[in-house]
Amino acid sequence: MAPVQAVLEGSAPAAATGAQRAPVVEARDLSLIFQTPDAPVTALSDINLTIRRGDFVSLIGPSGCGKTTLMRVVADLARQTSGTLLVNGGSAEQARLDRAYGYVFQAPALYPWRSIERNIMLPLEIMGMSKAERRERAARYLDLVGLKGFERKFPWQLSGGMQQRVSIARALSFEPALLLMDEPFGALDEITRDNLNVHLLRLWEKTGITVIFVTHSIPEAVFLSSKIVVMSPRPGRILEVIDSDLPTDRDLDARETPEFLEIAHRVRVALRAGHSYD
Amino acid sequence: MTDAVLGGTAVPSVRNRRDRDGAVLPVLTVLAVLLAVWYVAAVWLNAPQVTEKLNRGGTDWGVSELVAGTWAMERPVLPAPHQVAVELYDSVFGRPVTSKRSLVYHAQVTLSATVAGFALGLALGVLLAIGIVHVTVLDRSLMPWIIASQTIPILAIAPMIVVVLGNLGFTGLLPKAIISGYLSFFPIAIGMVKGLRSPDPLQLDLMRTYSATDAQTFAKLRWPSSMSFLFPSLKVAIALSLVGAIVAELPTGAQAGLGARLLAGSYYGQTIQIWAALFMSAFLAVAAVGAVGLVERLLTHLRGGRL
Repeated sequence: MAPVQAVLEGSAPAAATGAQRAPVVEARDLSLIFQTPDAPVTALSDINLTIRRGDFVSLIGPSGCGKTTLMRVVADLARQTSGTLLVNGGSAEQARLDRAYGYVFQAPALYPWRSIERNIMLPLEIMGMSKAERRERAARYLDLVGLKGFERKFPWQLSGGMQQRVSIARALSFEPALLLMDEPFGALDEITRDNLNVHLLRLWEKTGITVIFVTHSIPEAVFLSSKIVVMSPRPGRILEVIDSDLPTDRDLDARETPEFLEIAHRVRVALRAGHSYD
Repeated sequence: MTDAVLGGTAVPSVRNRRDRDGAVLPVLTVLAVLLAVWYVAAVWLNAPQVTEKLNRGGTDWGVSELVAGTWAMERPVLPAPHQVAVELYDSVFGRPVTSKRSLVYHAQVTLSATVAGFALGLALGVLLAIGIVHVTVLDRSLMPWIIASQTIPILAIAPMIVVVLGNLGFTGLLPKAIISGYLSFFPIAIGMVKGLRSPDPLQLDLMRTYSATDAQTFAKLRWPSSMSFLFPSLKVAIALSLVGAIVAELPTGAQAGLGARLLAGSYYGQTIQIWAALFMSAFLAVAAVGAVGLVERLLTHLRGGRL
């Protein structure tokens, strides 16, 4: 995995300036083996990865390459079998206990008996914020995801895209410095997805939050990311880390620029290299 | 296109109206058939006694006398519906509610045991379910006993409970409530175990990312998720509570309650009184289940229309 390390710490200009920023996630020789009834499955193999403050990192790869598992290890929803992982310089468990990250799942996972407003207040209630504070934040983040006026609605009254926006607002509501997003737009139609991608990019720009984003869409990864981690299955491992230096104020039209297409091409080549192992 | 749209909007109201009409007619039809069968059965079952009496009377008699006789006996094998209705009306509205001959009085005695038993069953069922869901050892050790408890016929165990508690000095409401609770805790425990386990892994993971305590996960996720399982169980449980309360009134030689009324009726061959008490308990059951349904609807409303 030495070459990957080289790319990571290496040459691209973004990474060079990034070296000054504090690491948020540091994985060293991280492996995770699931014990299944027939044979052990290596979900993650020798993962070495550094994610710095303010990065937008996409994990991309085919199903079963361990991208969700890697994110779950970062979130302390799963434990590695070997190797070390530091989140904000401490253990992943400590980061979880510190409520250092917000997690957006593949499905909105809203609680159907709570109104939209109360869904967003859920983490705030658990963290013991005052009612006034909860109200204020729910209103602010609903506004941020463009759902002002939907406070009293219930999840089933909203479309899938709106529900996912609520779940993003919920993850942002307690203002974590790290946002983990597991294929958040995977189940949405392309138009909604494009729209939310632009929203997310603006949000990242505005807040300077660190984002780890799982996807299997190449355009989505290239459009959003400052760093694209290409992964491959059996065993789940990192093939290549590609830095992207598209202008931060890019819009959807940026997807037709030569720079964009060049990065997309590199991602595609790397993904294809992964498949040749099969 | 316009037609389709108009048709589309018109559909719900048409269907609603049809549903309402459609519900009333079948119910009335079934009721009419039941009443007819009942009247015929009354003639058939009561005929031997009436025939004997008419023969002893010496005068000539025909079918109309026979039918009239079978529908107007004092202690019929099967009373006619109108006899039961009259008895029910008299014993509900015709007597002061404090009178021992008032069905309202007896119903209230049974209802208080039912409610007390239901409360006991609810507390026990919910506590057991919480224990089972959170403690693996309890899941393994309690579940077989909970199921076994319901394989014992309540008629067999009720007298024991009454005798044992009577010896300890507990009489009246408490033994009845315990027997009633013994029946009603079961569906609540089973429903709640399923309900408390109903949150999907994603919803649980979400709580973990907030590093929520077990108590918070319970209060904000497991408990609210279990409500849609709890209410169907509660409807079964409250009906069972009533059965338990009535059964508990049988062996005690109780002076009051619908069970005592049934027992007294059968001692003295007062079949009309038995049937009136039976109907009273049926109405009580409907009202009790209806009350649970009302609470369910209220909660559903508070949750934006979905439980």
